[in-house]
Amino acid sequence: MTANIREFPGTPLSEKDFAEGKILFNYDELRGAFAWDNGIAIGRYLAGLKDGVILGAHCSTCRKTVVPPRIACEWCFRPMQEYVPLGDTGTVSTFSLCYVTWDVRRVTEPEIPAVIEIDGAAPLCGILHLLGEVDPHKVHIGMRVQAVWRPAAEREGAITDILYFKPLEEV
Amino acid sequence: MRMRKVAVVGAGMTKFVRRAQETGKELSWQAARMALESCDLTLDDVEAVCLGTAPDAFDGVHMKGEYLSDGAGAWRKPYMRSYVGGGTGVFVPIQGWYHIASGLFDVVLVVAEEKMSSYYPHAQAAFLTIFDHTTERPLKPNLLWIFALEMNRYMATYGISKRDIALVSVQHKRSAADHPCALLGDRDITIEDVLNSETLAWPVQRLDVSPVSDGAVALVLAAEHVATRVTDKPVWIEGVGWSLDTCHWTNRDLAYPRYVEHAARMAYEMAGVKEPRKEIHIVEPYDPFDYKALHHLEGLQLAERGQAAQLYIDGVAARDGDMPVCPSGGLLGVGNPIAAAGLMKIAELFWQLRGEAGARQVPGWPRRGLAQAWGDLMQVGTVMIMGR
Repeated sequence: MTANIREFPGTPLSEKDFAEGKILFNYDELRGAFAWDNGIAIGRYLAGLKDGVILGAHCSTCRKTVVPPRIACEWCFRPMQEYVPLGDTGTVSTFSLCYVTWDVRRVTEPEIPAVIEIDGAAPLCGILHLLGEVDPHKVHIGMRVQAVWRPAAEREGAITDILYFKPLEEV
Repeated sequence: MRMRKVAVVGAGMTKFVRRAQETGKELSWQAARMALESCDLTLDDVEAVCLGTAPDAFDGVHMKGEYLSDGAGAWRKPYMRSYVGGGTGVFVPIQGWYHIASGLFDVVLVVAEEKMSSYYPHAQAAFLTIFDHTTERPLKPNLLWIFALEMNRYMATYGISKRDIALVSVQHKRSAADHPCALLGDRDITIEDVLNSETLAWPVQRLDVSPVSDGAVALVLAAEHVATRVTDKPVWIEGVGWSLDTCHWTNRDLAYPRYVEHAARMAYEMAGVKEPRKEIHIVEPYDPFDYKALHHLEGLQLAERGQAAQLYIDGVAARDGDMPVCPSGGLLGVGNPIAAAGLMKIAELFWQLRGEAGARQVPGWPRRGLAQAWGDLMQVGTVMIMGR
């Protein structure tokens, strides 16, 4: 009955209350260390990246190739055991120019995250990665891009074995 | 399916603030007590408690459901915390609904709480862990990315301008100026203010985004035979729906929220709604970002694809329009304490449909309303239709 209630509970605090020591608080840092298993399908994906190849998975029932690969098809729930090498080129399906880092620091040169539809995968099947070697203001949806790989000797089987994607043509 | 009728009979909420002095338990208790008092029930009348709260990482408290249980009134009662990301706020009353519709309980207390300020200095970094740990997290993503990527795809697919989207933020923040619990109500905000605000992750700018907040909301749900004895203005839950899309979010088109459509169709069918655009009188779509309100109106079948902005331009979405959208002020205006924000929308429909929304009251005493929330990795839709 908001119309009938004059006072709502809740006491707002501001940064100033902290700075001036008006409130007591307990500061602590949680530390967690994890070692994640890659699993079967992503394990193959990472091994592929180490060899300089983007792998997808093909479902012969649904005739669909998805990336990153997975062991079971979401559509028919059958096993999806065929890994298919895809191109290392693709099309930008969407992007952002991001001026804030993951830990909320401001930057002047934007990071350019993008979803890139990988050539050889089904339509709309892409991966999240970054764009580089490009003027941020010239990036557009539909832009053709290619992976820039870390030198073979330095690859470790991680998504970061692709440094970024760069435009295929001059923009 | 034979299901019992369920009504909302009471509601309570705390102010939504950037940082509350109260703990999560205390906020929960304040909202729960207010909800019980609003319908003259006590905790003894409550047979089960449903709690909604989003990631444990915000509070740094593991098993947050158990931690909050005393504040939520759950001691020695059947109790369960549900969680579907941002969709939690509309899912938790659905959980309460099926507790009663099934015949298991007659009176259920529903509490949604969020304390996002504990993560210091900013809750943003806590979101890193929603991304896939092997294929995405090494790229150091932040939460703004997925919204910016989705917004850009939505704008590009339908040719929608930033200016049209900014109108959503302006309307919601202006509406929120009439909400006594609002964090960011602003009667004087203009489109230029939104378009000139700091660019965080283009196309997302500061005033396109809802604020991180602390707060709690609670509802009392009752079976028909109890509801009609407790109040002469029960608000019935007529339909519910929820649906989840693939977690491989880079493998689907971000321009259209199909999962919201699935959830909406489930709810419409249950409520017997054949023509939503005529039969839904007020709508509270989830609006953590301004474009999301438009995106969701389309998924809810309340606008053609790519046409939702026109509802705002034509004034259809205004508080005195043909289909008021977010008369509460939404997450953009009232605030976004995740689970509590979704349940705030249900509370708003409750007050609106009873004619008790004060300065925010939609004219014409609307008969039916819809609230929706959305969350996880842009993949879950939760919908509730309420009527009097």
